[in-house]
Amino acid sequence: MFVEKWIQKLAAIATTLALLFAVAAPTVRAESKIRIMTATTDLAALAQEVGGDKVDVESVARGYQDPHFVEAKPSFLLKLRRADLLIVVGLELEIGWLPPLITQSTNPKIQVGAPGYFDASRFAKIMEIPTGAVTRAEGDVHPQGNPHYWLDPENGLRIAKAIADKLSQMRPGDSAYFAQRYASFEQHLKQADQQWMAQMKPYAGRRIVTYHRSWPNFAEHFGLNVVGYVEPRPGIPPSPQHTVELIGQMKRDGVKIIVVEPYFDLKTPNAIARDTGGTVVVLMPSVGGEKEITDYFKLFDYDIAKLKQAFDATH
Amino acid sequence: MKRFALFAALVSIATPVFAQEAPAAKPASAAGDARIQSLEDQVRTLAEQVSLLRAELQTMRDAKAPATAGDGKIILASSQVEPGTPPAAPDPAATASPVAPLSPVPAQPAQTQTFGGATSNAKLLNPDISLIGDFIGTAGHNTVSPGKALELHESEVGMQAIIDPYARADVFISFGEEGVNVEEGYLTFTSLPAGLLMKVGKMRAEFGKVNTMHNHALSYIDRPLATDNLVGGEDGIDDAGISITRFLPAPKNWFAEGTAQVFRGDSDDVFSSNRRQDVSVVGHLRAYRDLTESTNIDLGFSYSRGHNNAGISTTFNPSEFITNLYGADATLRWKPLRRAIYKSLLFRTELFWSNRDQLSPLDVFQTQHAFGMYSSADYRVNRRWTVGGRFDRSGRASNSSLTDTGFSGILTYWPSEFSQIRTQYRYGHLWDDANLKYTNANELLFQFLFVMGAHGAHPF
Repeated sequence: MFVEKWIQKLAAIATTLALLFAVAAPTVRAESKIRIMTATTDLAALAQEVGGDKVDVESVARGYQDPHFVEAKPSFLLKLRRADLLIVVGLELEIGWLPPLITQSTNPKIQVGAPGYFDASRFAKIMEIPTGAVTRAEGDVHPQGNPHYWLDPENGLRIAKAIADKLSQMRPGDSAYFAQRYASFEQHLKQADQQWMAQMKPYAGRRIVTYHRSWPNFAEHFGLNVVGYVEPRPGIPPSPQHTVELIGQMKRDGVKIIVVEPYFDLKTPNAIARDTGGTVVVLMPSVGGEKEITDYFKLFDYDIAKLKQAFDATH
Repeated sequence: MKRFALFAALVSIATPVFAQEAPAAKPASAAGDARIQSLEDQVRTLAEQVSLLRAELQTMRDAKAPATAGDGKIILASSQVEPGTPPAAPDPAATASPVAPLSPVPAQPAQTQTFGGATSNAKLLNPDISLIGDFIGTAGHNTVSPGKALELHESEVGMQAIIDPYARADVFISFGEEGVNVEEGYLTFTSLPAGLLMKVGKMRAEFGKVNTMHNHALSYIDRPLATDNLVGGEDGIDDAGISITRFLPAPKNWFAEGTAQVFRGDSDDVFSSNRRQDVSVVGHLRAYRDLTESTNIDLGFSYSRGHNNAGISTTFNPSEFITNLYGADATLRWKPLRRAIYKSLLFRTELFWSNRDQLSPLDVFQTQHAFGMYSSADYRVNRRWTVGGRFDRSGRASNSSLTDTGFSGILTYWPSEFSQIRTQYRYGHLWDDANLKYTNANELLFQFLFVMGAHGAHPF
């Protein structure tokens, strides 16, 4: 009786374990392409620019999704487990969803601190780093600075450079290729930036209001002046009192533009626009926010065209 | 830096203005002279401060020089900024009024040029520490399992950190009304070969869905009746052991995962280990699929086996008494990506079967086969409100002829993502052991939940 029970128990354990082990580990083939997963589409676009056809790039978040609130779906694990390189935005932008994905991916290459874990924020110019005490009375503050730093072409260039260096380090044989891809990206971006700057020049110093604090780097680069936010604090939904104050401020200062990210409700921004005679502009903070925004260049093309249109309409 | 530069510029403008005003004020009284005197003093102090700031600026610039020289190559020509030149766009804070620079620097985000490095000293080597407070109040009628009128139900302290390049650790200690309890404390090895994920320590067993969740992560204030009746109550199957998880091969677009766990065999009132070899086991299979970008389905099957306490202090051998638990869970989620923070819907059903060896009232060895289930729907109405409903039905593990039934409706208000205020109406048709009859329970519960610090994200 005793022994029987024992055998029965061992059998139960063995069966469950066998279920796990019976399946042989999938054989890893030496693929020629570097498999890159990125947290957001912008990083994917930059990696694609410098990686060319030597890389396979995919992003976890979609361009029209709020990057703070992505769901850690198990389907991403299948992609993460095979990745050679994981590029993250950092600054705790992905703190709500990426850490469990990394842990559960069972991929030693992309664990935090491993060679395949690449934090792009380490190479970018970071703004709004809080000084003094940081409390959540300020809302969902990012103690290490504003994570929406990719919306500045200079940062795009810095990140692309760092990715090119990383890829060269991973595939020394292809380093000339990556260096050349980067050089050509740099040249294109500089040309494009001159055009963007020229397009935005007539509006230099214009005051705008944005929904979330997604645009400090963009505003600084293109000489815009963000004077208020629809959110009373980052991550806190609009409150009636704050909205009234904002309307008053906009009327006083003659602010006519309200920039909204595609993942926020337009009800409050529209109400503010009606009251102030302003316009709501939905700008895309990320590549892929609209179908036509297929790369890093088109992101700025799109946003600047929308802004120009709005500035001209409200003047 | 920009502010300093502007400040310097403002002072240099201000000085001649004061100088021009001085002669005009001459015929004024002695009081006027005194005012001019104080203004002059103020200007002098300002000038001194400016020179100090300039020196400081210079040292900072010198220190930065090699770094910026290296980066110089990749700065776009169009936005080259000479160090120290006033920015093209006026800083609103500085232009507000000339008095502004005199007021203490407000605690606002600094606009310094930083290229990374911010992460280097932000947290040092401290683990992420968090505390979740869970305050519950109950009103109404319930004679079977009456809750306290008001209680700080649980304060869960979490400490989470990466231990070394191979492992991370997560510890959750709960301070409740009855004392302190290590709810979970485990090491996770993330870099094992063959795609294995191993956890060692005390943990909530991978038995279904609700058993894996901490109290504060539930969508209701309480746990389903089936958990209380069949799967060990509030703490559920939560024991010291070893867990191994691995992805399993699956058809295209499906995700499959298997987990095998071995525990000591002591879990609340569901399992109890009489001898060292009376370990309990848990096996879990999970299948997941994205139906569309915003809809997905999540299925699971669980099995658990361990010894129970029915044989203790009887003439029978206590190790003969086994409880076998089977579980099935299904979840359907909908969350449109473009409006993820405003709208979502979740349907979940879990089924539990319990086969418990015990002695009948006439001391005959028997096995009770009890069944329990719950079914729930949670809907996010907008960014701040969620509503939900749950249907409960469960037999008692030790007497499957007694079936408790219940229904709950819940309304949750989210002031921010770091706090929740909830109200739950709970109806129960419950077997009352004391009076040997079914009674109705009608209760109104409310709960305040709050998070301090950095609480790690929960698995999906």
